[in-house]
Amino acid sequence: MSILINKDTKVIVQGITGRDGAFHASKMKAYGTNIVGGISPGKGGMEVEGVPVFNTVEDAVKATGANASVIFVPAPFAGDAILEASFAGVGLVVCITEGVPVQDMIKVTPVLKQNNTKLIGANCPGLITVDECLIGILPGMIFKKGNVGLISRSGTLTYEVVNMLTESGLGQTTCVGIGGDSVSGLYFIDLLEMYENDPETKAVVLIGEIGGDAEEQAARFIKEKMTKPVVAFIAGQSAPPGKRMGHAGAIISSGSGTAAEKIKAFNEAGVPVAKEPSEIPGLVKGKLGM
Amino acid sequence: MKIHEYQARILFKKYGIPVPEGFVCHSVDEVKQKVSDDDKLRVIKAQVHVGGRGKAGGVKLANTKAETIEKAEQILGMDIKGLTVDKILVADAVDIEKEFYVGLINDRNSKSVTLMVSAEGGVEIEEVAKVSPEKIIKMPIDPTMGLMDWQARKIALKLFSDPKEVRQAAAILVKLYQLYVDTDASLAEINPLVLTPDKRVLAIDGKMNFDDNALYRQPEILAMREVSDDEKKEIEANAKGLSYIKLDGNIGCMVNGAGLAMATMDMIKLYGGEPANFLDIGGSSNPEKVVEAMNILLSDKNVEAVMINIFGGITRCDDVARGLVVALDKIKTDIPIVIRLSGTNAKEGLEIIRETGLPTVETMSEAAKTAIELSKK
Repeated sequence: MSILINKDTKVIVQGITGRDGAFHASKMKAYGTNIVGGISPGKGGMEVEGVPVFNTVEDAVKATGANASVIFVPAPFAGDAILEASFAGVGLVVCITEGVPVQDMIKVTPVLKQNNTKLIGANCPGLITVDECLIGILPGMIFKKGNVGLISRSGTLTYEVVNMLTESGLGQTTCVGIGGDSVSGLYFIDLLEMYENDPETKAVVLIGEIGGDAEEQAARFIKEKMTKPVVAFIAGQSAPPGKRMGHAGAIISSGSGTAAEKIKAFNEAGVPVAKEPSEIPGLVKGKLGM
Repeated sequence: MKIHEYQARILFKKYGIPVPEGFVCHSVDEVKQKVSDDDKLRVIKAQVHVGGRGKAGGVKLANTKAETIEKAEQILGMDIKGLTVDKILVADAVDIEKEFYVGLINDRNSKSVTLMVSAEGGVEIEEVAKVSPEKIIKMPIDPTMGLMDWQARKIALKLFSDPKEVRQAAAILVKLYQLYVDTDASLAEINPLVLTPDKRVLAIDGKMNFDDNALYRQPEILAMREVSDDEKKEIEANAKGLSYIKLDGNIGCMVNGAGLAMATMDMIKLYGGEPANFLDIGGSSNPEKVVEAMNILLSDKNVEAVMINIFGGITRCDDVARGLVVALDKIKTDIPIVIRLSGTNAKEGLEIIRETGLPTVETMSEAAKTAIELSKK
């Protein structure tokens, strides 16, 4: 068991003929991900990295039965790529592209709901179910199979923490980089619920950042709904205030999204918060009675 | 990206949102030329990208032309929170019967543009939000339908009761939403929206921010950009695929990834140091990018030690190391540097660095401690 993806997940790559798309398609394939096709309009019939290329997501889904898609197209076209995958019936869409306009993400949101599509990202490193399926740009070799789930708003900080977990003997089930954009697909609470229901996951590491109130919501969810232990880390504790969006930003989050508020919320939910990333493995072991 | 109030007024006018008469001036001479001779109450407002300008003395009233000139002289050149006022808005002051707050923002929770209004307008809206959040009415807007007229009326009815006032306010809400989506805004505020004794509804102050990621399709907005010296460095860095924010400390840091960069700053602070900057070099290992990053980092004269923290995932550490060697050879700085590489090909990377004689460490904590020690030498 795992969450979201496993060895049976069939993945297509939108933007497979681009530099990043081709490079990461080969990396994912090398990891063992079942890459069944790629999309590049006008280049249908070609082959890239031993993968057949289709003109549309619809064609690819019909021909291959793909149920997940990863997007590497440039930011101005990423919103449309998400819509295309959603309307083609792809159940899980992972958008790696950075710099997608917020209005584009707002426009796709009701469509995702209507078509029952799960979105990870945009501006995210993707996700991995260890030894089964890697979707995105994560470095596969740092992961090790085990019982810890991990969710993060960050990229390289995630790798840093995964590396520490692996080195201390704590393997992982599924690790998900949800991305750092203000409006994005699945949030912490969506994933916490999945981890709670996954028999294989015994503990969850949550890596948050300053800004917004996703961490506070996660803390509330953990307190009310979760039986499994969670350990957290918040990046940006030293960041100075001032990089925010006027009055309305503070109002909408009913708080200012500071690290202190997030840490307080986690502490109240019984979630230990690491002072530095290297403390995380110890905290997880403590919670698991190891 | 932020714009000034006078620029927001230009956009408001274009969309038919009523504002009092006014104009921007860059000098006292310009004020003398543009202000008419008649006596009327005018307001002179500093145009700076910072809040709280009223409290700082950047907003003044004047009854006559002579007084307007005098007040303009006081405000132009004034320092508000470290920013020099180089332009002012001179506008007709209007009598106010009631003040309201209107705001639009991208809300991460409802994943929509959200309209917020309050009958408690004026400068203390954040205080209202904290103390009595129930006084702020919020409504998420469906992106496929936009703000529908009936919704705008429903919200306007929470603020006004007279049908004529409701109609004016509802029209303003619809126009503001249209402006917001047309320009890829990330914030639009009218604070205050006022009702005058003669029952006109007017936007007295406007504030708009825009989504940096959408500026490529907003040439008209981009043309309004004015940048401060600090921002210049940040924008220059952005153009090179780097993300840089200057801070006040003395330990420069160069990191790949925003989250790791923040964690690195936290670590420096945790061990008693002060970070000089946030600098994310992103996912590439291109030596040119590293050279650019080092140049930007070292142009800050407060930097006394540099901590380079790279986790090599797809960016291989040996590539990063080669870039560093090239960069440091070009820059030839006396400022001590400590390098920490981890992840893909870390061994090979560290080997390359060691040949140059620079200190290398294995963990983030060690790197932070070493950088702090080096800065004290």
